Amino acid sequence: MLKEIRPALVLVVLLTAITGLIYPLAMTGISQVLFPTQANGSLIEKDGEVVGSALIGQSFTDAKYFHGRPSPTTGPDPKDASKTVAIPYNAVNSGGSNLGPTSKALAERIGADVAALKKENSAAPVPVDLVTTSASGLDPDISPEAALFQVPRVARARGLPDDRVRALVRAQIEGRTLGFLGEPRVNVLKLNLALDRARP
Amino acid sequence: MTLIGWVQIALYCAIIVALTPLVGGYMTRVFNGELTLLSPVLRPIENLLYRAGGIDETSEQHWLTYTIAMLLFHVGGFVILYSILRLQAVLPFNPAGQGAVAPDLSLNTAISFATNTNWQNYGGESTLSYLTQMLGLTPQNFLSAATGIVLAVALIRGIARASAKTVGNFCVDITRCTLYILLPVCVVFTLFLVWQGIPQTLGPYVEATTLEGGRQTLALGPVASQVAIKMLGTNGGGFFNANAAHPFENPTALSNFVQMLSIFVLGAALTNVFGRMVGNPKQGWAILAAMGVFFFAGVLFCYWAEANGTQMLNAFGIGGGNMEGKEVRFGILGSALFAVITTAASCGAVNAMHDSFTALGGMIPLINIELGEIVIGGVGAGLYGMLLFVILTVFVAGLMVGRTPEYVGKKIEAREVKMAMLAILILPLMILGWTAIAVVYPPAVASMANAGPHGFSEVLYAFSSMTGNNGSAFAGLSGNTFFYNIAGAVAMFIGRFWMIVPAMAIAGSLAQKKMVAASAGTFPTTGGLFVGLLVGVILIVGGLTFFPALALGPIVEHLAMQAGQLF
Repeated sequence: MLKEIRPALVLVVLLTAITGLIYPLAMTGISQVLFPTQANGSLIEKDGEVVGSALIGQSFTDAKYFHGRPSPTTGPDPKDASKTVAIPYNAVNSGGSNLGPTSKALAERIGADVAALKKENSAAPVPVDLVTTSASGLDPDISPEAALFQVPRVARARGLPDDRVRALVRAQIEGRTLGFLGEPRVNVLKLNLALDRARP
Repeated sequence: MTLIGWVQIALYCAIIVALTPLVGGYMTRVFNGELTLLSPVLRPIENLLYRAGGIDETSEQHWLTYTIAMLLFHVGGFVILYSILRLQAVLPFNPAGQGAVAPDLSLNTAISFATNTNWQNYGGESTLSYLTQMLGLTPQNFLSAATGIVLAVALIRGIARASAKTVGNFCVDITRCTLYILLPVCVVFTLFLVWQGIPQTLGPYVEATTLEGGRQTLALGPVASQVAIKMLGTNGGGFFNANAAHPFENPTALSNFVQMLSIFVLGAALTNVFGRMVGNPKQGWAILAAMGVFFFAGVLFCYWAEANGTQMLNAFGIGGGNMEGKEVRFGILGSALFAVITTAASCGAVNAMHDSFTALGGMIPLINIELGEIVIGGVGAGLYGMLLFVILTVFVAGLMVGRTPEYVGKKIEAREVKMAMLAILILPLMILGWTAIAVVYPPAVASMANAGPHGFSEVLYAFSSMTGNNGSAFAGLSGNTFFYNIAGAVAMFIGRFWMIVPAMAIAGSLAQKKMVAASAGTFPTTGGLFVGLLVGVILIVGGLTFFPALALGPIVEHLAMQAGQLF
C-alpha cells in the first residue's frame, strides 16, 4: 500500500493543475479572443454606460416599460446587512421561490398578481408567465402573449397608438431555435430599449 | 403536451442512440491503451505524468490495490479542495472579496465534489472566489467523473477477463480518461457554450445602471469551462446558485439541448464499452434498452404532470402548465425533460426548480434517484449500479429454474450476490434512516421551506439526492445548517464508497473465475425477456423500499392538491 501513495498523490496534484489552472485559463484566453462580447457577459451599453446584460432580466415597474416576470430573489437589507429583504432581479443571488403546488403563500401571491393584471387588461386571458416566478429569478424573457398583454398599458403611458407598440413587440419576438427547440419569447430589456428609441 | 415537444424528445433519444457506438468505440480504444487520433498530442503529456509519479503503465493491480489507489487519490483531492475553501480569502483571483468558507460548509462541499454529488449548500456567486471555482471545484468535477468511469471499466474488465488476478491500473486509467476523453470534449464544449453566451472571464462583477435608473450588479466569472465538465461528468454543481436555470449558465434553447445530450453521452457510451469488452455488443444494448424503458416512462409522466399545471393555477383560470420555477426560454418540455435526464443520470444540474414542480411531476426525479440512478446514471456509477441489479436479476432467474446463474460466461455465486445486496441496501439505509431522523429533530424540521407533505418531500429528496450522489434539490430546504452539512457529508460519503467497494470486490472475484461455455440451459441476457426481468427486479426492489415514503410525501400531496387543500 505504501508504494501506492506517491503515484496517487503526485497524480492528483498534477491533474489538479492541468484541469484547474491550465484548462480554465487557456479557455479564458481563447474565449476572450474568439467571442469577446459573450465571454464578458453580453453587456448592453447605451451612451457609453452599461445598462445591463442581454441575458439577465432586470426589474421594471414603471408603466411605460414592459415588465418582466415576478422575481423572488433576495439580498441583504442596505440599512441592516443582517436582515434579508426582497430585491427583485438581484443578479448576485439567483434562485427561485421554491414554493410548492400546495403552498398557501404561493396561492396568495398568484391571487394578488392575477387581480392586478385583470385590472390592467380585462380583455385578454392572464398569461401564466406573468404570475409565476422563474427558476433563476433573472429570466430575461417573457412569452409573446405576456408582451402583447401589456401593450395597452404601455401605449397609454407613452402616448403611442396600440398598433405601433404591438408592431414593436412583434419585431422582438424570437421564435424557437432551428424551428423546434425551446419556446418563442421576447427579451424584455431589448424590447424596452427599442421602445425608448421609438419614443423616449 | 405538444407535437413539437414530442419531436424534441424523439430527436434527443435518436442522437443519444447514434452517439453510443461512436463514443463507446473511442472509449474502448482509450482504455485498451490503443492509439487514437489525439495520441500524437497527448502521449507526451501522458508520459510526463507517469514519469513524475513513478508510474509503470504496464503493471496492473489487484482489485484491492486498485481501490486503495483510488481512495488515496481522493484523500489528496479532498485535502486540496478543503484547504482552498478555507483559505480563499487570502488567495488570488477573488475580485468580489469572498471570505473564508465555514468549516462545516467546507467539509460538506469538499465531500460533495469529491463524491461526484455536487450538492450545494452555498450560493456560488455569493460565496466562492474565482480561484475556488477554477482550482478547487473544476478539478474535482473532472476527477470524480473520471473515477466513476474507470471503476466501471475495472468492473467490466473483471467480467470480461478469465482466470486473471488484476483489473487494470488506477493511475493509468484515470490519466487516460482525463486526458483523452474528458479534456478534449470539454475544450470544444466550452467554446460552444461561450458562443451561446456563457461568460468566461476573470474580470470583476459588472455594475449596470438599469433603464429605470436602478443599480444591478452582474455576477460573472470563468463559467463556461466549469459548466462544460459539470454536465459532461454528470457532476451538476452550478457556478451560480440557480444552476443551469441561470441565463449565464444556460442562455439558450440550443445550449439547453446540447447540455442535456452531454449529461447522457458518456454514460450511454459505457454500455457500449461494456458490450465491446465482453465480446458481444448486444449485451450492452440490452442494458441500454432496460434503461430506455425507465427513461421513456419518466419523461412521459413528468411532461404530462407539468403540462397539466396545478390546481391553484387552474382555479384562477390560467392555462399553459406549471410555469412556477421554470424559465420562459425552456418552457414546460425543456424543463421536464431536463429534470428527468438530470436525475436519471446522477447529474443534479437543474434548469427549473424541482421544489415547485407539481406533486407527481416532482416525484419522478425523486423516484429516478431512489432507484439508484441506473437509467444511464452517473458516468460509470450508473453502469456499475446497473450491473449490480443485473447480478440480482440473473440470480432471481437462476432461482426460478433451479440452476446456478451465469452472466456473460461467468458463474454468479454467493459472494457476488452478497456483495451486490450490500451495495443495493445502502441506499435505503441512508435515505430512509436520515430522513426519519430529520423529521423528528427540531433544528432539521426548521429547515423546511414548505409546510405539509411538501416539507417532508423536501427532506426525503435531500437525503435521496445526497446518498445517490445526485446533487439536485427541492431547493427550498435551508441546507446550510450544521445538521444538514454533517449528515449530508456522511450520506454522500457512504452513498459513494459503500457502493464502490462491493462493486470492486465483485470485479476481483469475477476476474479470477473461469469462463463457462454457453449451453442450452444458459439464460440469454441479450433478449427482451431479460430486459423485462431486469426492469421488473429494479421496480420491485425500489417499489418495496420507497413506496411508503413516497406515499407520505408526493402522493398524499397530489391528493391534497386535487382537493384544493393548501398548507
